[in-house]
Amino acid sequence: MCATRHIPRHVPRRVNFVVLLQQIGIHAALLTYTVIATFPIVLIVINSFKTRRAIFGQPFYIALPGDRLFSTVGYDTVFKNANFGQYFANSIFVTVVSLVLVLFLATMAAFALAEYRFPGNLFLGLYLSLGIMVPIRLGTVSILNLVKSLGLIDTLWALILVYTAQGLPLAVFVLTQFFRQIPKELKDAARIDGASEYRIYALTLPLVRPAIGTVAIFNMIPMWNDLWFPLILAPSEANKTVTLGSQVFIGQFVNDWNAVLSSLTLAMLPVVILYLIFSRQLIRGLTAGAVK
Amino acid sequence: MQRTAPRRKRFPWHILIFLAPAVFIYTLVMIYPLIDSLRLSFFAPNAEGQSTFVGLANYQRLLTDSNFAPRFWGALRNNFVFFLIHMFVQNPIGLFLAALLSSRFVRGRAIYRTLIFTPTILSVVLVGFIWQLILSPLWGIADSLLRPFGLKTLPYLGLETHALPVLSLVSVWQWVGLPMMLFLAALISIPDELIEAARVDGATGWGVFMRIKLPLILPTVGIVAVLTFVGNFNAFDLIYTTQKALAGPNFSTDILGTFFYRTFFGVQLQLGNPTMGATVAAMMLLIILGGVLFYLFAFQRRLLRLEVQL
Repeated sequence: MCATRHIPRHVPRRVNFVVLLQQIGIHAALLTYTVIATFPIVLIVINSFKTRRAIFGQPFYIALPGDRLFSTVGYDTVFKNANFGQYFANSIFVTVVSLVLVLFLATMAAFALAEYRFPGNLFLGLYLSLGIMVPIRLGTVSILNLVKSLGLIDTLWALILVYTAQGLPLAVFVLTQFFRQIPKELKDAARIDGASEYRIYALTLPLVRPAIGTVAIFNMIPMWNDLWFPLILAPSEANKTVTLGSQVFIGQFVNDWNAVLSSLTLAMLPVVILYLIFSRQLIRGLTAGAVK
Repeated sequence: MQRTAPRRKRFPWHILIFLAPAVFIYTLVMIYPLIDSLRLSFFAPNAEGQSTFVGLANYQRLLTDSNFAPRFWGALRNNFVFFLIHMFVQNPIGLFLAALLSSRFVRGRAIYRTLIFTPTILSVVLVGFIWQLILSPLWGIADSLLRPFGLKTLPYLGLETHALPVLSLVSVWQWVGLPMMLFLAALISIPDELIEAARVDGATGWGVFMRIKLPLILPTVGIVAVLTFVGNFNAFDLIYTTQKALAGPNFSTDILGTFFYRTFFGVQLQLGNPTMGATVAAMMLLIILGGVLFYLFAFQRRLLRLEVQL
C-alpha cells in the first residue's frame, strides 16, 4: 500500500499497462522456476502411492485412496525390509544431542569472547573461525584413527563428536556478534546485585534467542543430511542414520520401483513438512542482518 | 618494613570455564585431525609395515605415478567443470530469482521463496535418487517432458560425455536456493531512497539494476563465489549416490571427493591406503585454501579500493 504513495497521480494509462505486463512477466518467471524446483519431488510422492503398472503407464496421474490405481505395496516392502524406524531414531538422537552440545558450548564461548577483554581474545576468535571455511571432511583419515583410539568406532557418539566440532566455528562466530549487541548496563546492573558471571551468562541467553534459533536450524540440516561420516564412522545396521539407511536400502531395491519411490517419500516427507512449518524462521535467519 | 604488595587480581577462572569446552572439542576433533592428516601425508608404511618418514614421496607419487596421477588430474579437471557449471549457471539463476523476488510489487513472494528453496533442505542422497529415477530411460519421464521441445532423451547418466554436466545441473537444481537467499538479503537491504533517486533521474529498471544494485551487492557476489568453490571442491555425496565410488562411466564423473574416498578406503580390488588418502586430502586442502586466499586478496582488496574511490 505504501508503495502507491510514490507514484504521481497523473501517471498516464500506458504506464500502468507496462507495470501490469511487467507483473505478469515476473509471475510467469517465478512460477516456472517454482514448478522446476518442486515438480520432481511431487512426482516421486504421487507415484509412491500407485501400482507398478500405473507408475510406468500414467506417471503424472494422482491416485487417491480408493482409486483403481492406488497402491501402498511399496510401503509394505519398505516396512518389511528396512529398519526405517531405527534409522529415524538414530538420526534424531545424533542431531538432537549434537545440536544441544553445539548450542551450549558455542553460547558459552561466544559470551566469553564478547564479554571479556583478556590476552589472546582476538587470536582465539580467529582460531575458532578457521573452521568456517575449512571442511572437517579433509581430516577424515585422522578422525577415523582418533575415533578408533577413543573406542567410539561404529557408535553414534562418534558422529556426535564430529558434528559438534563441525558446528562450533560458525555458531561461535555468529553468536559472538549477537552477544556484543547486548547493552553493558544490563550486565553491570546484575553484577552490582551480586550476580556471578555464570548467572549473567544465563541472564543474557534469552536475549540472543533469535540467533540461537538461526544457528540451530543451520546446524540441523547438514547434520541430518550428512552421508560421509555415517558411511565411514558408523556404518553398521544398528547405527545407520536415515541418510545412510536410505542410500543403502534404495541401492539394494533398484528394480523394485514401488519400494524405491516409497522409501524416498518416507525419507523426504518428514523433512519437507518440518521445513514448511519452520520456513519462516529459516528464511528470516538467512536474510538476517539485512532486515534490521 | 611493610610490604605493599600489588593487589593481585584473582585468576579469571570463569573465562577459562566458558571457553575451554568449545576450544577443546574443536581442537581435538577438527584442528588436530587436519594437522595430523597433513603429517601423515609425509609418511608411508615400509616393507615391515612400519610407518616411516618419506618426505614428499607421496606427493610425487600422486602427481606422477601411473596408478594415481591420471585419476588425480582427471578428478581435478572434472571438479573444475563441476565448479564452473555451478558458478555460471547456479549463481546467475540465483541472482535472477533474487532480483525478481526483491521487487516489492509482486504478491506471494514468500510462497515462491519457500517453494524454490525446498530442494536445498533435502539430503543430497535423496536428490541423487530422485533425479536418477527421473532421468531413467526405463521410466521415461524425461522423455515425455523433452519430446515437446523436439529433444531426444539419452541415458544421460550412462554416457561419458553427458554424465558430469547433467549431474552438475542436478546439483545446481538442489543448491540454487542458497545464492538466491544471500542475494535477496543483500538486495532488500539497499535503501529505497537510492533507487527512488535513480528513477527520478530517469533510470530504467535494467539501468537501476546494473548501475546501482549490482555494485552494491558485489560483496555478496564474492561470498557466494567462495562458498560455491569450497562446497564444490568438497562435494562427494551426489556422485557417490548416483555413480557409486567408481564415479563411472569410466571415471567421467570422478571428482576429488570420490577420488579421496577410493584412495583412502579402497574399492573392489584396490586396497585402501590411509597415507595416500591423507595426501589427497592435503591437496584438496591446498586447493580450497588457495581459493579462499584468492578471494581474500583479489576480491576484498578490490572492494576496499572501490570504497576508497567512492
